[in-house]
Amino acid sequence: MTPDLLILAQEGATGSAAAQALVTGLSLGSIYALLAMGFVIIFKATQVLNFAHGALAALGAFLVAALATILDIPGRLFPGWPAWITWVVSLLLALVVAALIGMALERIFIRPMVGEELFAIAIVTLGLDIVIRTILNDFIGVSARPLGNPWGIEVVDLDWVRVAHTEIAQIAVTVALVVGIALFFRTRTGVAMRATAFDQEAARAQGIDVGRIFSLSWGIGAMLAAVAGVFLSVHPRGPAGVSQQTPFVAFAAFPAIVLGGLDSVVGAVVGGFIIGLVQSYSSFLPWAFLGSGFGGVVPYLIMLIVLLIRPYGLFGTEEIRRV
Amino acid sequence: MRGRPLLHTSYEGDQSILNTMTKRLAMSLFLAFLIAVPFFAVGTIGSEGNLPGPDFLASGDWLRLLSTVGIYAIGALGLNILTGLAGQVSLGHAFFMGLGAYSAAILGAPQGALWGLGLPMWIWLPGAGIIAALVGILVAPTAVRVRGLYLAIVTLGLVFIGEYLWRNLDFITGGSQSGRGHPDFAFRLWKEGKALIDLSSDGTWFGFLNLSAQAKTYLLVLLLTVLLVLISKNIERTRVGRAFMSIRDRDIAAEVMGVNEFRYKTTAFAISSSFAGLSGALLASLVGRTIPETWNLFLSVEFIAIILIGGVGTVTGAILGTVFVIILPRLVQDFTNWMQRIVESGDGLLAGLFDVVVSTGPDNFGLINTSAGVAPGLGIDQLNLVIYGLLIIGFLIFEPLGLYGIWLRIRNYWKGWPFTY
Repeated sequence: MTPDLLILAQEGATGSAAAQALVTGLSLGSIYALLAMGFVIIFKATQVLNFAHGALAALGAFLVAALATILDIPGRLFPGWPAWITWVVSLLLALVVAALIGMALERIFIRPMVGEELFAIAIVTLGLDIVIRTILNDFIGVSARPLGNPWGIEVVDLDWVRVAHTEIAQIAVTVALVVGIALFFRTRTGVAMRATAFDQEAARAQGIDVGRIFSLSWGIGAMLAAVAGVFLSVHPRGPAGVSQQTPFVAFAAFPAIVLGGLDSVVGAVVGGFIIGLVQSYSSFLPWAFLGSGFGGVVPYLIMLIVLLIRPYGLFGTEEIRRV
Repeated sequence: MRGRPLLHTSYEGDQSILNTMTKRLAMSLFLAFLIAVPFFAVGTIGSEGNLPGPDFLASGDWLRLLSTVGIYAIGALGLNILTGLAGQVSLGHAFFMGLGAYSAAILGAPQGALWGLGLPMWIWLPGAGIIAALVGILVAPTAVRVRGLYLAIVTLGLVFIGEYLWRNLDFITGGSQSGRGHPDFAFRLWKEGKALIDLSSDGTWFGFLNLSAQAKTYLLVLLLTVLLVLISKNIERTRVGRAFMSIRDRDIAAEVMGVNEFRYKTTAFAISSSFAGLSGALLASLVGRTIPETWNLFLSVEFIAIILIGGVGTVTGAILGTVFVIILPRLVQDFTNWMQRIVESGDGLLAGLFDVVVSTGPDNFGLINTSAGVAPGLGIDQLNLVIYGLLIIGFLIFEPLGLYGIWLRIRNYWKGWPFTY
């Protein structure tokens, strides 16, 4: 289910295994945090449990692969530019397209469901997940599509630990995006989004265009998913590129979301890093008797235990039940 | 009360399952038809002749499809009790189906390389339901504590944990490579070699009914499905069902009225899991050999789709949804093959029209192809998946009551005809 995710933890056996697992865990955690953050933003603003988030992540990664390597659009338009610049241009283009697709999905499939039962809307996204994933798989084909990213498989060898350039990029980008989102929530639009999350009708009465906030949250969510998808499809997490397995890997972000609490952005980030670190450290515990694939189940077990103690996650708001 | 079918003079009359003459008549005819289906095949009765009727339904592959419908219907009835009546969203149905299938295999399959006790069917079939129900009771406390959308994700985790278990318990499941065989449909008193009634090979009953293995399996599944439909219908219209519905509609209000939330949620989980266990055991035996990946998230989603498309919270809806979801891929496949034959047979208006839709070779554009991987376009399996996802979305947006809602509207139209109300 989660292939190749922990590949560097084994490779880096020359250095300190614990330090290596820390690096792997942080990088894995940052991917989960990105996925979870996008998910929570969508959930907070629109109350939609987005099962299609994994599919959106894979879609974003495939858009990068399509623009950068398969079609090579920026490379053809500006032949003289260095490869890394054209790649960044394709990445930005892909992010914009991903955000537009997210907005379109919201407008077409989610908007008509406003006011319906939350469960029913969640199942609509489950349907979306099937449709997007199936069509995307047809485009991807049997083998993985490389993203042609400029970092390649370079590593920084610190003697006691080996850090891939992509991992540095991942953690840096995640920190930047978390700070960016935190700052965004302080802007005028961000405050409007928080107000919508708090009470849609009251926000509307204050003159906030709730529909636009819905679109915006799906755009941001899809874009964050796309970034996570890109990092899932480059060395060392998915060395060969985006494949038919990528959406399933993204499913492992669900425990992170529930762990932090469905409606807490802070919780999403914390939950993501917790799941990433625990998954990474669990891989070299002496648990061979538990069989293969145990690392893939660890997040769900943690989620179950935490939910038994705190049914609304670590940072989630407790639902007040009235008759 | 002649001419006034809706006037009930007793509580029993009001609450009965088939409360009008029309319903009783229609249901009897429908049941008679379902029982007669396998006898439509040529050569079934005596040495020659067969019942006049749609004998394509009596062909082996259609009977098998109808048996699959029955088996899925049992699972759907279970999910309908949990999600439709008690309002607890569960994506964990596939886990309980796998549990039922492997319990049945341990109890019923003969001892070989994998575990098996070789017990008769009257033990392994109920056993599968009981073991699944017990595990359902074990899981229920978590589900009672966790509410709403959190529950959906917890049960999602259950499927992944289950899949991991099945892959690693290879002394029971045979692992991902080879999978394991499941017990046959056959009635024995105990472990004797010759079966009392053998339902999994061709043979003659009562000296004049020549039935194929598929026909016998179909009759068994039909019997079980009817039985479980009756059970769910009775759960729905008695004390337990009303308690479920009160929890679904407003859990605190239900508690205030004296409905013990913990007890009834646990009951709902137990009943639903036992239905799933039975369905899983039957499905595995029908297929014959399963691998751990059979019991994955997609199976759960399929059941959610069935009850949503059919109409949440109604037994009729669960049945309609199953028929629709299981038969549709077959129809799509037949239709695509038919389109391809037309295209290949040459010209004509239809051929030109279908050529746009079907791609027949590597350089022939089309949305669908019949040989996946070679020609552009979606393969039939993929096409079915897309149709299926779009159906889920479409029904939820346009007809939340599902097929049952459509049927109600058609019925009410004709009830008042020629008036509109």
